[in-house]
Amino acid sequence: MASDTSTRPAPPEPIQAVPVRHPGRWVAAAVIAVLAAMFVHMLVTNPVFQWGFMFDNMFSSGVLRGARTTLVMTVLAMLLGILFGIVVAVMRLSPNPIVAGASWAYVWFFRAIPRIVLLFFCANLGALYATYELGFPFDRQLMDLFGFSSDLRFLGLDGNEIFSGFFAGLLGLVLSEAAYMAEIVRAGIQSVDPGQTEAASALGMSRGKTLRRIVLPQAMRVIGPPTGNETIAMLKDTSLLLAVPVTTELNFQLRAIGSRTFQIIPMAVASILWYLALTSLLMVAQHFIEKRFSRGFGGRETRQQRAEREARSVGSTH
Amino acid sequence: MSTVTNGNAVDAAPVRPMVKAEAVRKSFGSTEVLKGIDLEVAPREVMCVVGPSGSGKSTFLRCVNHLEKIDSGRLSVDGRLVGYREKGGKLHELKESEVAAQRRDIGMVFQRFNLFPHMTALENVTEAPVQVKGLKKDACRDLGAALLERVGLGNRIHSYPNQLSGGQQQRVAIARALAMEPKLMLFDEPTSALDPELVGEVLDVMRGLAESGMTMLVVTHEMGFAREVGDTLVFMDDGAVVEAGSPKQVLTDPQHERTRAFLSKVL
Repeated sequence: MASDTSTRPAPPEPIQAVPVRHPGRWVAAAVIAVLAAMFVHMLVTNPVFQWGFMFDNMFSSGVLRGARTTLVMTVLAMLLGILFGIVVAVMRLSPNPIVAGASWAYVWFFRAIPRIVLLFFCANLGALYATYELGFPFDRQLMDLFGFSSDLRFLGLDGNEIFSGFFAGLLGLVLSEAAYMAEIVRAGIQSVDPGQTEAASALGMSRGKTLRRIVLPQAMRVIGPPTGNETIAMLKDTSLLLAVPVTTELNFQLRAIGSRTFQIIPMAVASILWYLALTSLLMVAQHFIEKRFSRGFGGRETRQQRAEREARSVGSTH
Repeated sequence: MSTVTNGNAVDAAPVRPMVKAEAVRKSFGSTEVLKGIDLEVAPREVMCVVGPSGSGKSTFLRCVNHLEKIDSGRLSVDGRLVGYREKGGKLHELKESEVAAQRRDIGMVFQRFNLFPHMTALENVTEAPVQVKGLKKDACRDLGAALLERVGLGNRIHSYPNQLSGGQQQRVAIARALAMEPKLMLFDEPTSALDPELVGEVLDVMRGLAESGMTMLVVTHEMGFAREVGDTLVFMDDGAVVEAGSPKQVLTDPQHERTRAFLSKVL
């Protein structure tokens, strides 16, 4: 390239003009710099922060186990919430008004209830019935009607046992998340061109296959970003599990150390740093997942196509 | 309206028509779009349907593979009623899976291509054979590559639809429909969404398909294609067949005033 420039005509003279000054920007930058310096100064000089104590305690075994519980709960609640949400969304689009109405009612109900209230309720389902049994609906009433005195139940679980801790927390979060995911999935499905469904039908694909293979993968492009936001919100909402309570969860563990040692601020800061780190981790994961589902939309080449294009261009110039 | 058959089919009168429409009617709300269509397409025949927009030609095409339900009359493909089964003198609606099975034998090409944007050209072509017929992916790869080669896109099999021109996309769409080995191909204004310089490559592929003996029902505005490739030309207006016959006869010596008026605008 460098040798080429000598043979080309000299480039035209670039414009030499006095640029517009922006004094407002400089003032704003100065103000922000001063505020930032004051903030750092406070972090360093205020003895209440107890940085040494915080770093000694924010990676204790209980806290690490808490971080694991928080992550596992987030992943499980989102996976189940997404699956259940897809079911509710597909029901909402059903031509049957009762199925669609049930779906609407579900979303209306669970979106209206604060998560902490729902979690508290789920934690106390053991008080509603002592045992939870699986069996034929209205079995006792029906058996009475026909003159028998038995029932038709095969599985019984102790209510106080199953609706405690982790399971109660998961139940509450999934029920709530499914309502939000249902709306996100529905918007995604409706964003796909109806011509896609027609083309799949014309090829003889069933409704289920069309949904799974054609509509949902394209809907994912619309569903992806809000689902990422939901996941990040879910990670933070696991701190609401103190309403159940789930004592192995991250924030609970950090607070417990703070209350025990009366070092409230250092452990609150530790909590902030933990959630900041975990959320950042999820944002990175979100970036890669969104990239995966934008296939065929961004005009990006696949590796194979690039190889082919380069092979073609090499072939044409030599 | 008299039924129409091409020259070849007249000799072989007992041959079962590929498409047979008798007094087919269809309304959207209070608007009647098809007002009693009678048509017959013989096997290996290429029938082109022309007419002003809103004349019902696309709707009729969509009825043939049951993307739209007809309100009255009878419509059958290869001797089987579309969307219904006749039992004891009564019509029974087909189950969704049975309708899907009927559509497997009918290929359709859309005005706006409707390729699956999240799949490569090859994946678009092999999707239905793998998912619907249950064929092995590896076996379909060769089939798909061969079909794309046939429509002149052997070197673009790994491209996504948005990396292809409109003409290339429509050719992929034709290959996709052919992958199911249909008995009948429906074309719904296949070149209307294309830039003028891309129309030819699609028509060339369709011409080759006609020469290979495919039965084709083509809704189009391409009079040149209808004249050269079509066995029959049907002129529709206002939900009815106004005139039908050999393309040469309809185009050079139209019998109806409405046909003359339409042709004077497009030719």
